[in-house]
Amino acid sequence: MTIVEEQSIEIPKKREKEANSKRDNVILRVENMKTYYPIIGGFFKRRIGEVKAVDGVSFKLHRRETIGLVGESGCGKTTIANTILNLVPITKGRVYYKGKVILKSTETKEVLKEILSSITFSTIMDSVSYFFIAKMKKLLEKLEIELFHLFQKLKIIISYFPEKIREKISNFLYRTAKRYFRSKSSFKNKIRRNIQMVFQDPDASLNPRMKIVDIIGEPLKLLKNITGRRKLRKRVLELLNVVSLKREHLDRYPHEFSGGQKQRIIIARALACDPEIIILDEPTSALDVSVQAQILNLLKNLQKRFDLSYIFITHDLSVVHHIADRIKVMYLGKFVEEGTVDDIFNNPSHPYTKALLSARPTFDPTLRRERIILEGDVPSPINPPAGCPFNPRCQEKDKHIGCGIDEPRKIKIEGDSEEHFIFCLPFIEEKKSYKGWQFISD
Amino acid sequence: MEDIESRNIANLEMETDKKKILEVKNLKTYFYTEEGVVKAVDGVSFNMYEDEVLGLVGETGCGKSVTALSILQLVRAPGEIEEGEVIFKNVDLLTLKKKKMRDYRGKDITMIFQDPLNSLNPVMTVGTQVKEVFELHQREEIYELLDQKMLEWKNKQNRIKELEKKLEDNETNQRLTKEEISDIKNEIEKLEEETRDRPTYRSILREKSRKILEEVGIPDPEEILERYPHELSGGMRQRVMISMALSCNPSILIADEPTTALDVTIQAQILDLMKDLKNEYKTSVLMITHDLGVIAEICDRVAVMYSGNIVEYATATNLFKNPRHPYTKGLISAIPTLDKKKKELDTIRGSVPNLIYPPEGCRFHPRCDYRLEVCDKVRPLLTQIGESYFVACHLFDPQYKDSPKYEWGKEELERTRKI
Ligand SMILES: Nc1ncnc2c1ncn2[C@@H]1O[C@H](COP(=O)(O)OP(=O)(O)OP(=O)(O)O)[C@@H](O)[C@H]1O
Ligand SMILES: Nc1ncnc2c1ncn2[C@@H]1O[C@H](COP(=O)(O)OP(=O)(O)O)[C@@H](O)[C@H]1O
Ligand code: SF4
Ligand code: SF4
Ligand SMILES: [Mg+2]
Ligand SMILES: [Mg+2]
Repeated sequence: MTIVEEQSIEIPKKREKEANSKRDNVILRVENMKTYYPIIGGFFKRRIGEVKAVDGVSFKLHRRETIGLVGESGCGKTTIANTILNLVPITKGRVYYKGKVILKSTETKEVLKEILSSITFSTIMDSVSYFFIAKMKKLLEKLEIELFHLFQKLKIIISYFPEKIREKISNFLYRTAKRYFRSKSSFKNKIRRNIQMVFQDPDASLNPRMKIVDIIGEPLKLLKNITGRRKLRKRVLELLNVVSLKREHLDRYPHEFSGGQKQRIIIARALACDPEIIILDEPTSALDVSVQAQILNLLKNLQKRFDLSYIFITHDLSVVHHIADRIKVMYLGKFVEEGTVDDIFNNPSHPYTKALLSARPTFDPTLRRERIILEGDVPSPINPPAGCPFNPRCQEKDKHIGCGIDEPRKIKIEGDSEEHFIFCLPFIEEKKSYKGWQFISD
Repeated sequence: MEDIESRNIANLEMETDKKKILEVKNLKTYFYTEEGVVKAVDGVSFNMYEDEVLGLVGETGCGKSVTALSILQLVRAPGEIEEGEVIFKNVDLLTLKKKKMRDYRGKDITMIFQDPLNSLNPVMTVGTQVKEVFELHQREEIYELLDQKMLEWKNKQNRIKELEKKLEDNETNQRLTKEEISDIKNEIEKLEEETRDRPTYRSILREKSRKILEEVGIPDPEEILERYPHELSGGMRQRVMISMALSCNPSILIADEPTTALDVTIQAQILDLMKDLKNEYKTSVLMITHDLGVIAEICDRVAVMYSGNIVEYATATNLFKNPRHPYTKGLISAIPTLDKKKKELDTIRGSVPNLIYPPEGCRFHPRCDYRLEVCDKVRPLLTQIGESYFVACHLFDPQYKDSPKYEWGKEELERTRKI
């Protein structure tokens, strides 16, 4: 009757081998991605600056592998996901899917115009005063906002309406968005089908007024053109079985499910179009540990069964250790360390990674170690510190040269796997040797 | 049944030389909802000792927050405290009138919440809110301090007058040396500087607020006092909350998931701060969390809650070394940790029960791998099984040592299948 013992030490080795064998099996490649959000303000509601939410990251995702993106809130993890899915416009850089460019910069202004023009002539005309619409339109036009922000803004505006009208407007917006996505080219459609996303908050991503069969059936109808009711129900049932839900759940509404079950439904919906890549944004952060364990197991099974590639976003190092093959540690819009799971956990080399690992609580109260406690808060990406963005909090900056001035450089850590890199600056010579480090000039 | 329960509760003593400071006995809090009676807390008992941290851990909805709110009598309708005692300094808090309770709340027992943004007033500056706490609970102390400061101030003023007089006298009799004169002038200048502002109630409040913010490691407290809560980061807000909670030097601090909304490195900062402050102020802390890592980090004792009951109550060291209750075991082995290099995580079958119709007998029985025949018939009570170790499970009851193990039916296993 003890806590579960280690059962096997074989797995990670095998994993690594597998990763090696599929080296050239790259399915998604992100090249120097930069995503900046405009800051709107001032008297004229103009762009007065930008938030550098993602500031130059590159990585490759191979078939059947899981990349873990780790970092504290606000470091830009979700923004990477949203950018890949084209939910926010990419500022610079490219994204390749199976060797083809799928993202450069986008023409969201067009979309904005389309939506704005249809708002005025819409069905809500008769239920909302014309005055208000005109005002809203003016407001929206003034703001130089992109599609994603537009929806966020609208959500807030809509919340001021009485319930009945709110519903009408939401439905209308929803239909417009649907029309917009349908009209996109078939290539875009295919990508949308092949890259799916699972969000953190199960409640926010399920429409409370829709039955489960419609929720999961929706992408089937929209993206796969399955229309027959019978066929649809059959396929949805298959999907429900895959995530261990039952026939009786088909006609229920989201509020009748627990958090873990809701997350299963969302995973089923993501699976509906046979995707190749699923981006999971903190899929278990809102769940209890025992439910989290179930979902993590489920995700692992599905990956094997359907040859999926995951980008797994989390702030929980134990979870990422459990599920990922390779890890990218992020801080203020940039990667600070990347490598295989073993690289990162056995030989964390960047000061921030070390601090993160040390802040992680252990389960042995007798083993309360001396922790590295970082000073201060995460700085804002609006005004990132000069030089290395980590330097105001870095516990090792005294040992390095130029932290507050120079941009960090990519350094290969020798002795580990081929892919272990950190982004840091050289040591002050006397204090420590460069042994095991190799600078990569750029 | 009642008989056994009361006997059991009386025995809930830990072996320790620390003084008992709070005693919760058989607390029951129900919510009378339209769907039925939610038995959110159903017979919870534990003790808190001086200068110790007790962790209350369990999954969402198991009744942790309701327990805390009941102790402070903050349960709102449709919730009702059905029965039980909460004994603090020989007084049963549950028998107190609302007004009397308010004297304890915020002064002897304070609470901080998971999301500090919701518990701070968004339209008032941090300074105003911190000052408010002092005003509410320490008005007399502040006036005392004011009197004292006033006295000092007056003394200093008198001293200035005295010195000025000396100088004046010197004009006529020239008895002082040059050096003495410059010394006196310097002193006058210094005293004038110090007495420029007459001490007021407000200035004392301000000084106190600044000090307490400094205490919780807020850099530049003067500036923070002027800010609004939404202008602060999550970690900063939690620090402000902690400073407010500690401002009256309470005996007990109830912290409901104080670090759940924070990042890992900020969580480490806050836990570190709480440890320091606890040692400094000698405050007992009730740490409510769903994170066993936080418990291991900071707690001396742990109470594990499941579905409105405490199922295991022990010292943290013993509990993590060898958890006994099947639920605690399941919980611990479901957590991915670095030394568990396993393909599959262990999970607990089924899901958390409905609190309106909780399972008969042991509430964990529909999910328990160790289930005995008796488990769905008799409710296990917290009983001592070792030094400072209490478990509510029939496996450890000598009375049931011959009860046969329950045979799970095939269909039943399928229905509650582990995934
Ligand atoms: N105002 C209320 N009305 C009805 N039921 C309530 C109310 N407040 C709490 N409950 C119920 O009481 C039970 C315990 O809730 P409580 O908030 O104590 O859980 P908790 O252990 O703190 O969980 P969490 O980890 O999510 O904070 C839950 O089943 C909850 O639904
Ligand atoms: N819609 C938005 N408009 C402006 N700034 C945003 C928006 N979404 C995110 N940001 C900012 O971008 C940064 C990165 O955010 P995000 O990618 O959501 O972080 P994470 O997912 O890592 O917590 C944060 O500073 C955040 O405030
Ligand atoms: S470059 Fe300097 S500040 Fe940045 S992580 Fe390395 S040592 Fe720290
Ligand atoms: S009393 Fe029975 S059902 Fe409950 S935890 Fe113990 S063995 Fe399991
Ligand atoms: Mg995020
Ligand atoms: Mg709670």
